[in-house]
Amino acid sequence: MSEKKPLLEISNIDTYYGAIHILQQVNLRVDEGELVCLLGGNACGKSTTLKTVLGMVKPKVGKIMFAGQDVTHQNTPARVKLGMAVVPENRRLFAPMTVLENLKIGAYVRGEAAEEDLERVYDLFPKLKERSSQLAGTLSGGEQQMVAVGRALMSHPRLILMDEPSMGLAPKLVEQSFEMIANLHSQGVSMLIVEQNANMALSVADRGYVLQTGRIVLEGEAKELAGHEELRRAYLGR
Amino acid sequence: MSENQVPEEIQESAATEAAKLGIGTDEWVAQHEERIARKKGIKGLPQLINESIPAWARWGVLLLISFAFGAFVDNQYLLRIGVNLGLFVMLSYGLNIVMGYAGLLDLGYVAFYGIGAYGYALMSSEQIGHHWSTWLTVLIIIIGTALLGYIVSLPSRRLFGDYLAIVTLFFGQVFVQLVLASDNITFPWAEDYVDITAGANGIPGIDPFSFFGHKFLNIRDYYWLLLVLVALLTIAISRVNRTRIGRAWRTIREDALAAESMGVMVNRLKTMAFVTGAAIAGLAGAIFAAMQTAVFVSGFDMPLMTMIYAAVILGGSGSLAGAVMGAIVMSVLPEVLRVTNYSEILFLAVLVLTLAAVGKSVKRFTINIVGIALIGFLVKILLGAASIKTTPTKEWVVGPVSRALSHWMYVPLDRVLWGNCAFVILIVLIAYFTTTTPRIKSILLPVIGYLGIFLWEVRLVTDVNTTRQLLIGAMLVVLMITRPQGFLGKARVEVL
Repeated sequence: MSEKKPLLEISNIDTYYGAIHILQQVNLRVDEGELVCLLGGNACGKSTTLKTVLGMVKPKVGKIMFAGQDVTHQNTPARVKLGMAVVPENRRLFAPMTVLENLKIGAYVRGEAAEEDLERVYDLFPKLKERSSQLAGTLSGGEQQMVAVGRALMSHPRLILMDEPSMGLAPKLVEQSFEMIANLHSQGVSMLIVEQNANMALSVADRGYVLQTGRIVLEGEAKELAGHEELRRAYLGR
Repeated sequence: MSENQVPEEIQESAATEAAKLGIGTDEWVAQHEERIARKKGIKGLPQLINESIPAWARWGVLLLISFAFGAFVDNQYLLRIGVNLGLFVMLSYGLNIVMGYAGLLDLGYVAFYGIGAYGYALMSSEQIGHHWSTWLTVLIIIIGTALLGYIVSLPSRRLFGDYLAIVTLFFGQVFVQLVLASDNITFPWAEDYVDITAGANGIPGIDPFSFFGHKFLNIRDYYWLLLVLVALLTIAISRVNRTRIGRAWRTIREDALAAESMGVMVNRLKTMAFVTGAAIAGLAGAIFAAMQTAVFVSGFDMPLMTMIYAAVILGGSGSLAGAVMGAIVMSVLPEVLRVTNYSEILFLAVLVLTLAAVGKSVKRFTINIVGIALIGFLVKILLGAASIKTTPTKEWVVGPVSRALSHWMYVPLDRVLWGNCAFVILIVLIAYFTTTTPRIKSILLPVIGYLGIFLWEVRLVTDVNTTRQLLIGAMLVVLMITRPQGFLGKARVEVL
């Protein structure tokens, strides 16, 4: 495992919302081609970590390295240009715009969307091709998830950030969603997944971090974490 | 896992049971066809017609009509309406970019129009004594208003919704107050005061446009100029709307945060929308000043702003064809309504449409119409039998429609008194109507309809200025109820 190169590395991040200290000394790393999941219960700072990585929230202290560059002081569009892409919580599609327009927006930082990029997304999700002229808001939850992932892929990202891909989906669709994630991962896409559904997330991830009230309390290989006694008690039920 | 395995036959029967109940099917998806079908009723008609005609044909017909209008109409008054329409379309286009695409609630938009007009007036009249070439002046105005749009956008782009509305509203008022107060400025180094804008008196004697030695003395010249400009703008804006810029504008309108996380530079695009809208409004203002040859600051205040907003919203914000339609309604309709006979026809049309919209079914609609007719005859017969004096027909009949109605409508002697009474009763009834049960509603509706017609014929029809505003307001209300998205706007769908 010596060829591993860190793609994203955040070190000693402290993030505040006003006076409230959210993230405390968070360290996190995603290597090239790796699928990392960030676990944790409600309000422990999972989404804030993702927003900090993306630059929607600025950390007070700490450093964020992405693709060999210090991006700590760059804004979101600049980071997206460097190769981050996000599948936001609840997908956040642009409802009154068509599926095609939603996908094209994903390629915004690269200029006009290229035909072959669209084809690549359509290959992955053939259903979207049928629905390309339909308004995104009229799709079902599962299809919306496809559009959200397709939209992220349109920018040729080096790292996809996913915020709660299981949220608001029926159990069957959650399974499909994670199959899709595993599939993307097998194609060599690096991903950082924030998830409450620890069971599902650990089943596809390489490594995992566990966040609790703004601190990383556990980290390790996904298999290790899945067998971890405390974690099982806290998140996996039983 | 294996210890809580369910036996297969139970699983199967549960599955058929579930299928019967519709469990496991996504309702939203299952209703997809139905949702599309919903568009097909009367309410969806404008959109359906719009979509069934290809875009080039729609615009081609519009261009042809506009061309024929310019070529064959000689009436100065009609041409002036045409020019006003052209200006209105330009303003609607500009606002459509700012509000319709980028979703920025800019309530100071009309100030850019005023600045364009005053800018042209100051550079081409005796007010300061400059008579610069039209080319130069127009260029300065376009660049100047764009720059001003940029400056206004700087503090505004950090603001959303209501806050942006307040800030821009102030900007609009600052323009008005500044123009009003700039007729009497004393500088510390000068002895006498300086008059820049002539305040409320306005600036008269503005030079008309002059290109290549051709002076725009005829109103028709402005008509042609505006036709060309509007055509160019239509092409340009619809082009831009289909590029990444246009898409990005619309994503900002829908969800600025999500747009930013897709890499859209939200602030820069907001500024671009502001600048483009401001420049278009500024250019329209310059044309207005040159055409009118006089400017008054009261013409660039809130009343015009509301009319432009009404045009964009009425047409369906975010749609260029809608903006044109809204502009036609908002600029031509007030002129049409000056003629009492037309306003009467329109009033009845609005009433019938309202009944159609409220009634929902043909049966209900017929019952309502027959109900109104019966009430009318009943009142006339009863009061006729009591031989109460009425106003002579010739005193209130304004055209063929009211002549026809005069056989049915009872008009009392004291029209002002009874008209006012009817007005008060009507408002009380409508207020009651909105809160009562369906059964009472169906009884009340014909009564309200009759009172409406009564009020109209007795009191309002001769008062053109009031009726114009009332009718336009009523139309807006009816439209907002039946088609909240405007004529050609897309129905909003929310992501669940």
